[in-house]
Amino acid sequence: MDSPLRLIASNPVDRLARTVEALLVVASAPLSVGELADATEDDPERVETALSLLRERYSEARSGIVLEQVAGGFAFRASREAAAACARLFERPVERGLSQAGLETLAIVAYLGPCSRPEVARIRGVAADSAVASLVERGLITEAGREMGAGGAVRYRTTPLFERVFALESLAALPRLDDLGEDAGELRERLLDVAQARAS
Amino acid sequence: MRATPVRELALDLDAFEGPFDLLLTLLLKEELEPREVDVSAIVLAFVELLAERNELDLEACGEFLVLISALLELKARALFPDEAAELGELEPEEAARELARRLAEYRRMKEAASWLRERLAVEGDRWFRLGPAPLGPQPERRLAPQDPEALASVLRALAEPPPTVSLSHMALRFPPVSQFLERFRALLARRRRFDFDAEVGDLSRVEQAVALLALLELRKSGEIALSQAAPFAPIRVSSRPWPAAAHAGHSPAPPSPGAAGEPMPSGAVQRTVPSGVASPAAPQEREEGFDPLDDERILEWTARSA
Repeated sequence: MDSPLRLIASNPVDRLARTVEALLVVASAPLSVGELADATEDDPERVETALSLLRERYSEARSGIVLEQVAGGFAFRASREAAAACARLFERPVERGLSQAGLETLAIVAYLGPCSRPEVARIRGVAADSAVASLVERGLITEAGREMGAGGAVRYRTTPLFERVFALESLAALPRLDDLGEDAGELRERLLDVAQARAS
Repeated sequence: MRATPVRELALDLDAFEGPFDLLLTLLLKEELEPREVDVSAIVLAFVELLAERNELDLEACGEFLVLISALLELKARALFPDEAAELGELEPEEAARELARRLAEYRRMKEAASWLRERLAVEGDRWFRLGPAPLGPQPERRLAPQDPEALASVLRALAEPPPTVSLSHMALRFPPVSQFLERFRALLARRRRFDFDAEVGDLSRVEQAVALLALLELRKSGEIALSQAAPFAPIRVSSRPWPAAAHAGHSPAPPSPGAAGEPMPSGAVQRTVPSGVASPAAPQEREEGFDPLDDERILEWTARSA
């Protein structure tokens, strides 16, 4: 028993990993490599090595705590096998009861943000006041300045919490907008096809 | 995805009879005028269809609202072609393209929302702590190593009071005009003429300006005559050739309110010469190249001003 413990204790990367582990436990938001390097006063490359060590140690089916890379940093979460127990004890106020209107507004802000309520309303065709207010309250979007000009509308962007809830490393992890839906030409052609089929 | 009742919606309008999507297609193909479409009848038909089905299909309602609002926009644009609305200047063809573009944009966002919903379903069993970090890491700002002596010298330099700023340039100091009057009179006592530019060339601009004022004063009093070959050419200053001496009997007597009728214009000179200042030397002869007409005009002007 003594030998492996002595080996771990004498490994400086493992010592750094323990410090990083402690920082991640204390923090409730993802910490980036740069933040961890500043806090540990160590080299970022060594911090990354320590993180890979921790990711291996804290992985699904091996630990009740899982280290994941999310929202531009690293954070601990509960393992999936503990999800049911977590659900019995805690609520999920952020995403609970998220409506279709809320999700559409969230998608618009995520892809086109920072954008204002009038922009959301123009795309959705209905007023977005309620959906935007709900998303702000949940902490999924936040204010990000105003539009140019006097009396410009407030603009919104997504928060790091949005990336964390949806398990995104960053907004770049969203699927390309061009790959979603149909483009205007396709839509028009489809309408014409339907018209011709009915006319014949 | 099941068919929504929006497309199946059968319409029986004055201008059109058939399904809703065909109506939209005809509008897009500009085979039907938007102004001829009764939008309220379409809304009524849709509401009746919903009532028949006895179920509230929110997705269908949303799609219907988007389509009907786009249709209303098209119709409003057709009814008020001169309205300075956001898209009011669009031609029908452009408006149709805009309609299709907006529908496509909305569909993309709808797909993106579906993707997010699926993502939530997949990642819904991820539990993590929420809330702001109580103690965020505050990285210490590292300073470059410094030499204590260098720091001390910098501090000493900072401790020294700043030099007093000179404000001498804020106030212009003018030398007295009388100084130049005396100087020019003394000069003319020695020489009959001189170049003004050559005499004041070494002086500052302010002094040159005051010297010019003195020169004008001397000319006004009739003590000197000025000539200049061309604009910006050197100004030549000569002793005043008094008409009484040069043109006796031909020119009017020099003005002298205090001594009118005196043959010599010395009174005019003495009016402006301060007490204690020597009178200018009497002109001895007529200046070469001096235009007597100029001199006469000066005399006339002096007489008028007197």
